[in-house]
Amino acid sequence: MRKIVSNILTALVYLFLFAPIVILLIFSFNDSKSLSVFSNFSFHWYSELFRDRNTLEALRNTLVLATSATVISTVMGTAAAWGIDRLRSRWYRRVLNTVTDIPMTNPDIITGISLMLMFVFVGRLFGASSSLNFWTMLIAHVTFCLPYVILQVLPKLRQMDRSLPEAAMDLGCTPMRAFLKVELPEMLPGIVTGAIMAFTLSLDDFVISYFTSGTGFETLPIRIYSMTKKTVTPKMYALATIIFFVTLTLLLINNFIDDDECKESLRNHKKAKKSHK
Amino acid sequence: MRALKKRNSSCHTAIAPYSLWAFLFIIVPMLFIAYYAFTDNNFNFTLENISRFFTSVSNIKNDDGSVTEVHTYLLILRRSLKLAVISTLVCLLVGYPLAYRIAHAKKRTQKTMMTLIMIPMWMNFLIRTYAWMTILQDSGVFNTLIGKLGLAPIHIIGTETAVIIGMVYDYLPYMVLPIYSIMLKMDNSLLEAARDLGCGSFSVLRRVIFPLSLPGVISGITMVLIPSISTFYISQKLGNGKFFLIGDAIEGQYVANNLHFAAAMAFILMVILLVFMALIKYFTSRYVYGGDAA
Repeated sequence: MRKIVSNILTALVYLFLFAPIVILLIFSFNDSKSLSVFSNFSFHWYSELFRDRNTLEALRNTLVLATSATVISTVMGTAAAWGIDRLRSRWYRRVLNTVTDIPMTNPDIITGISLMLMFVFVGRLFGASSSLNFWTMLIAHVTFCLPYVILQVLPKLRQMDRSLPEAAMDLGCTPMRAFLKVELPEMLPGIVTGAIMAFTLSLDDFVISYFTSGTGFETLPIRIYSMTKKTVTPKMYALATIIFFVTLTLLLINNFIDDDECKESLRNHKKAKKSHK
Repeated sequence: MRALKKRNSSCHTAIAPYSLWAFLFIIVPMLFIAYYAFTDNNFNFTLENISRFFTSVSNIKNDDGSVTEVHTYLLILRRSLKLAVISTLVCLLVGYPLAYRIAHAKKRTQKTMMTLIMIPMWMNFLIRTYAWMTILQDSGVFNTLIGKLGLAPIHIIGTETAVIIGMVYDYLPYMVLPIYSIMLKMDNSLLEAARDLGCGSFSVLRRVIFPLSLPGVISGITMVLIPSISTFYISQKLGNGKFFLIGDAIEGQYVANNLHFAAAMAFILMVILLVFMALIKYFTSRYVYGGDAA
């Protein structure tokens, strides 16, 4: 009896979580403009979407921004994690860790406002009429992606046996070669997860982008925002459906990588046990 | 030995770009909030913006036509706090049993259930909120379904309930996640021991499970409370713009190009959150088992 009740309650929560998504998926295929009555199945809104120049332009902008932000934050974040891991000075490490936490605990609106104020101030110093553009957005995105990359890579380095790179160098590797052959492979799963997180976060971000974007450069979430200010057509639902499946695919790929890694470490573990015997 | 020394200096080279970036784009911008908050349009020092937040008044028309004078921004702040606290409590009441349920399911089921919790987070938050708007509308999906069951339609959109539904929907995963992960780590033999020593299932929950899961509960509360205090858009869409929250107020001043007042509100919000975090930290380090680690 108790089990049945708890199952029903759990099912209700999941219904609550998925109701909007299911409704969104269904109504993106609706033939008519109604968002409450389903008339006929059609791809009408999808073809409409692909004829909308502004939305396609926004999609392109989003991808350009997310890719650049991911590349920059992954490279800089990985280097930082590698450095933080072998930093001798304890207070320097503590300062860096605290600063890394700031963008993650701060509400997005504060991060957005703070960056915007600085950009506007600096822009005014140089006498620019509008100081917000692609570059300010890129800086903002790199800033909020960096902590996620660092926090994904650091644990991989902590798990690594510290004597490994030293052993490689003792055996005649140059430091560079030791890094490429020993440390990089250890960090790689963290780097990949961090990069995927950075990419999806950048793709999805609205609040920080909203405050740091100028008039010329519109990303998808900002386009959606301006679309929802007027009456909305299911065109936006079609767009949401596509974005949803793209992010879902990325997540699943990431899950697969994680799974393989688990299996491999398990295999290595077993091997190690066997050789002990 | 020389190679080691070289590596030590190379680690500083590796951190340098990030250190510079973090200083320029994390620390300096925060200082700019304070700078703008305490200056006027000509960048002369002033307390005007801060005092405006506490003293600004406006008139509200009541339903019966009478007019009440209220402190505009204090009212908005109080409302933000109230809605955020209610949403957090609802998330806790729903999320705690759910996390418990998931943590005690079979390993395979656990993974699926957690993935399902995370999936809605990958839908853009504007679209999620908008989907709720179309569901809750007077002629929306919800009322159509209810009508088919023969019930009278319920007016939800434009009420505080609708805003709370939106917040709970957006932030519930942040509550489930930390509680679930702490329950996974819990030592099951402790629960068995409590049962062997004569605890009923309620007192096992109250005396063993709940205290042990407190660090997860606390990080869940912070992870829900912070974004729901500072959110904007949700109340604009689901509350029909009737329930301005502090986030909406900041955004409004930004749109109106009142950057100094926007910065002042952001500054006040930051101070409130800092005090809240300090309280939480104090509380966990003193009263929560394993609090130092969390």
